[in-house]
Amino acid sequence: MNLPLSLTINGVRREIVLDDPRVTLLDLLRERLDLTGTKKGCDRGQCGACTILVDGRRINSCLALAVSHDGAEIITIEGVGRGGELHPVQAAFIAHDGFQCGFCTPGQIMSGIGLIQEGQAGDDPERVRECMSGNLCRCGAYQGITEAVLEAQADINAPKQRRSA
Amino acid sequence: MMNFDYVRPASVADAIAAASEKGATYLASGTNLLDLMKGGVSRPSVLVDVTRLPGLDRIERLADGSLRIGALVRNADLAHDAEFARNYPAVAEALLSGASAQLRNAATVGGNLMQRTRCAYFYDAGSACNRRWPGAGCDALKGENRLHAVLGWSEGCIATHPSDFSVPLVALDAVVEIEGKAGRRELPLGELHRLPGETPERETALERGDLIVALRLPATAQGFARHARYIKVRERTSYAFAVVSAAAGLRIEDGKIREARLALGGVAAKPWRAREAEQVLAGAAPDAAVYREAARAALSGAKPSGDNAFKIELAQRIVVRALTLAARGTPDRIAALPGSPFSSVAGA
Repeated sequence: MNLPLSLTINGVRREIVLDDPRVTLLDLLRERLDLTGTKKGCDRGQCGACTILVDGRRINSCLALAVSHDGAEIITIEGVGRGGELHPVQAAFIAHDGFQCGFCTPGQIMSGIGLIQEGQAGDDPERVRECMSGNLCRCGAYQGITEAVLEAQADINAPKQRRSA
Repeated sequence: MMNFDYVRPASVADAIAAASEKGATYLASGTNLLDLMKGGVSRPSVLVDVTRLPGLDRIERLADGSLRIGALVRNADLAHDAEFARNYPAVAEALLSGASAQLRNAATVGGNLMQRTRCAYFYDAGSACNRRWPGAGCDALKGENRLHAVLGWSEGCIATHPSDFSVPLVALDAVVEIEGKAGRRELPLGELHRLPGETPERETALERGDLIVALRLPATAQGFARHARYIKVRERTSYAFAVVSAAAGLRIEDGKIREARLALGGVAAKPWRAREAEQVLAGAAPDAAVYREAARAALSGAKPSGDNAFKIELAQRIVVRALTLAARGTPDRIAALPGSPFSSVAGA
């Protein structure tokens, strides 16, 4: 069974033919497109290491069949920096020690970017923690992760506020 | 994961035809189904992808004042719809208390209702489970069962239904719209999920090929918006299923409860509407004594299915808490920790 699909991944359109409908977005990225920044932790939607943006929304790529997402726009950790410059969330994770071993970090960063776009948490650390609860960190860097997301959100929103003032 | 054929029909009629074949099942976002397939618990031979079916992703107000929610509306979109959250705050709070932000972004309304139990013995293909394999027996009965059912269970199955969303929905008399081989029909949500009895493998009232196309909240459901809460005790504060939960809605006029709605989660194989408790509350002044009496009524038929007698007491306390907080008034904004009795937000 050949299953053709078209995906835009980090701004690049890819025409893909799957020979197996079981391939998840996570396995497609890692095993077939060599985009290994997205991590496979539990592979069951419990850890968040595989978080990517699909049509602008953060989801668990391990629980998404690739074939069901024909036509989608996907952003992975490889696609968030611009011309060698870190995304504000990436920079904030470094500034705030938002990681130790780093395995969960791509998922944390993609989730943080998704959270900021959703705009539901505001500047309340408790809401940020709640909205990041789908990303586990076994090193326990949660304090730094929360600070990083809050600072990056302030950075990203600051120019907008200045413009509207 | 076993291999399967993948089809993506263009119409509801084509979807029903495809899903009526033996071994076929519907795929929405797949957040539960793919997990079950990876574990070998579900082994469909055909996946019928319904995510592109037209017209099922809308929220619309109907002429009779009811609200119709398409089965493909995503959980996050529904919870963050400002008008929805204002009119049905306990439903929005229940949605936001469930799963994680990533899962809520993917999961659909119809899929949430059709999710399977999280009983560990159901998930473990090496354990005996009457749901997975009728007649095999139930390893949960003599196993780790502190989180299992205390209401409506049978010797055949003591699993609980895991949905938070469906708990306030059943309290608010939600109706499910179903399309099937015989056309369209409606079912009260309270009749969608079945208690196990002698046939725990029959989890819902749906027949092969049946597709949930929408969920409807009647006009009366908005009447509880000013006094509505969903309270959920978990083993960790976020991203966990309910040990016990309760949805409470009150209509308070002239210092009296005119009408009460109450449902429990985490206690049975279905969202558990507590009508006896509602009758206790109707006409009473809202105070702690009547909440306790209502809680006793809600759990009057409960019995432990294992090491879970504590859930009967816990459920009563959660009922009292949910009623107390509902009577105090729905907060202007959903608490930072939705559904949590430990939220640091004042009044939550």
